[in-house]
Amino acid sequence: MFVQILFYAFSAILLAAALGVIASRNPVHSALSLVLAFFTSAALWLLIEVEFLAIVLVLVYVGAVMVLFLFVVMMLDVNIERVRGGFIRHAGLGLVVASLVAAQMIGVFWARNLGVDATLGAPPLPDDYSNTRALGEVLYTQYVYPFELAAVLLLVAIVAAITLTLRQRPGLKPQDVAKQVAVRREDRVRLVTGVDAAGTGPGADRDASPRGGEGA
Amino acid sequence: MTAILDLWAALPDVVRSTAWILIVTVAVILSVAFTTLWERKVIGWMQLRKGPNRVGSIFGLLPGIFQPFADVIKLLLKEVVLPSAANKWLFRVAPAITLIPAFAAWAVMPLDPALVIADIDAGLLYVLSLTSVGVYGIILAGWATNSKYAFLGAMRSAAQIVAYEIAMGFALVGVVMAAGTLNLGDIVRAQEGGVSSWFFLWLFPLFVVYLIAGVAETNRAPFDVAEGESEIVAGFHVEYSGIAFALFFLAEYANMILISALTAVFFLGGWLSPFEGVLAADNALAQPGFHWLFLKLFFFLTCFMWYRATFPRYRYDQIMRLGWKVLIPVTLVWIAVAAVMVHFRVGPWSAN
Repeated sequence: MFVQILFYAFSAILLAAALGVIASRNPVHSALSLVLAFFTSAALWLLIEVEFLAIVLVLVYVGAVMVLFLFVVMMLDVNIERVRGGFIRHAGLGLVVASLVAAQMIGVFWARNLGVDATLGAPPLPDDYSNTRALGEVLYTQYVYPFELAAVLLLVAIVAAITLTLRQRPGLKPQDVAKQVAVRREDRVRLVTGVDAAGTGPGADRDASPRGGEGA
Repeated sequence: MTAILDLWAALPDVVRSTAWILIVTVAVILSVAFTTLWERKVIGWMQLRKGPNRVGSIFGLLPGIFQPFADVIKLLLKEVVLPSAANKWLFRVAPAITLIPAFAAWAVMPLDPALVIADIDAGLLYVLSLTSVGVYGIILAGWATNSKYAFLGAMRSAAQIVAYEIAMGFALVGVVMAAGTLNLGDIVRAQEGGVSSWFFLWLFPLFVVYLIAGVAETNRAPFDVAEGESEIVAGFHVEYSGIAFALFFLAEYANMILISALTAVFFLGGWLSPFEGVLAADNALAQPGFHWLFLKLFFFLTCFMWYRATFPRYRYDQIMRLGWKVLIPVTLVWIAVAAVMVHFRVGPWSAN
């Protein structure tokens, strides 16, 4: 009973947050609604005892992806009116996607009539069952090749993204950190003795090697 | 005494865990209060000053002991100014968003061999995800203020935390490999057997990386570019006053304590005694307990102050270079080394 109350409460928040993503006028508010939506879906996942996926959802999407999203959205100067102007033009595509989603949802209930009830949920797991361990075992034995392939694919994507932004422009004066670190006192500081009576002046030792502490 | 303990044991689980949550939260808040005092004292001594010594004393001892309370009362009584161009709702919510993760993470902290509020299997991931949520408060504060300096601070903070989170996560991958579990209590238990089996010795580069990333994640000197009082006035909290400012302060110090405790748990054996295996097993000093965790935590906390008094602030590009080009490669190499050590059962892994 308590779990059901929680489920409906979280679902209501999730729906409200999802509406907020598409309905709010300010893109930053939309991004924040999306953060809330991720959080509530993580809470819903916790209710069906998949704690590993729930925490990873928060860690990856809320902790990293949405921070970068916010970063970009805050920096952009988005013209809301122009974005809204496309509403009628894209309405047809939106309608197709919406009807597909609706068909999938109806399909879940339709399948119940055929005897496959997906709405019942998984049976409760024993106390010592570790979601994390089970996932790890499957991922590194049965699905090890797809897993490694996905990892390599991501690595290639990272390298490609970096290469795309790595442009050599002429006229840049980037700092050479190795050179900066290698600088010694002798390269920058020179001890100068005062002007002497003969009038040779401080210029006399301008080319001389640094004198260390003997100037005092 | 036994009557009280019996009564305590007879209480339902919900009541007991709620009581523990309250105790831990109040303890963290009080620790934050005295950490501010300790910081001012320590930095005072390092700079040949006395630090705060006017407000109260206990029978002539510990002058200045009530300074934190004076500060809190002062901040509570001050007006909270709301900038007219600010986003009112987010401006008010942002301090709370920084504060909540700093406290919520304590739920999985193993305080004692028998005491952890929520003994969950993916505890390490939980901590990692909560510490990464804390950055939202800073970003939102900077954006909602609607001021250039605050916004600059928020942007710097976002980039810095995303960069150092990766190094921090990789350092923890090494810990997870060494311990073979994500449960914080089990990570401590994996380090049983005296100082020589604590992970800081075997994962030393990861330990150093974690410490540095921890300082960066808490936005403390020398990584405090998000505040940078000498360049962008106070960064993200430039327009905050009164208790709203105090909340940011509270979150920063709570995070410092949290990172110190986590470093102790991950690399210094948490509540394990350093004399385990050296002294006889029935010796009082060889017993594990909360006091050991507290001592280790206190050491790292004092280190935070030491860094602040010692190092000049990093330049922004230096922070990025250190994070991406130094810390992350170091962790990648040592993860491989740790894997080899675990596989060939070197050192602490030879037992099992």
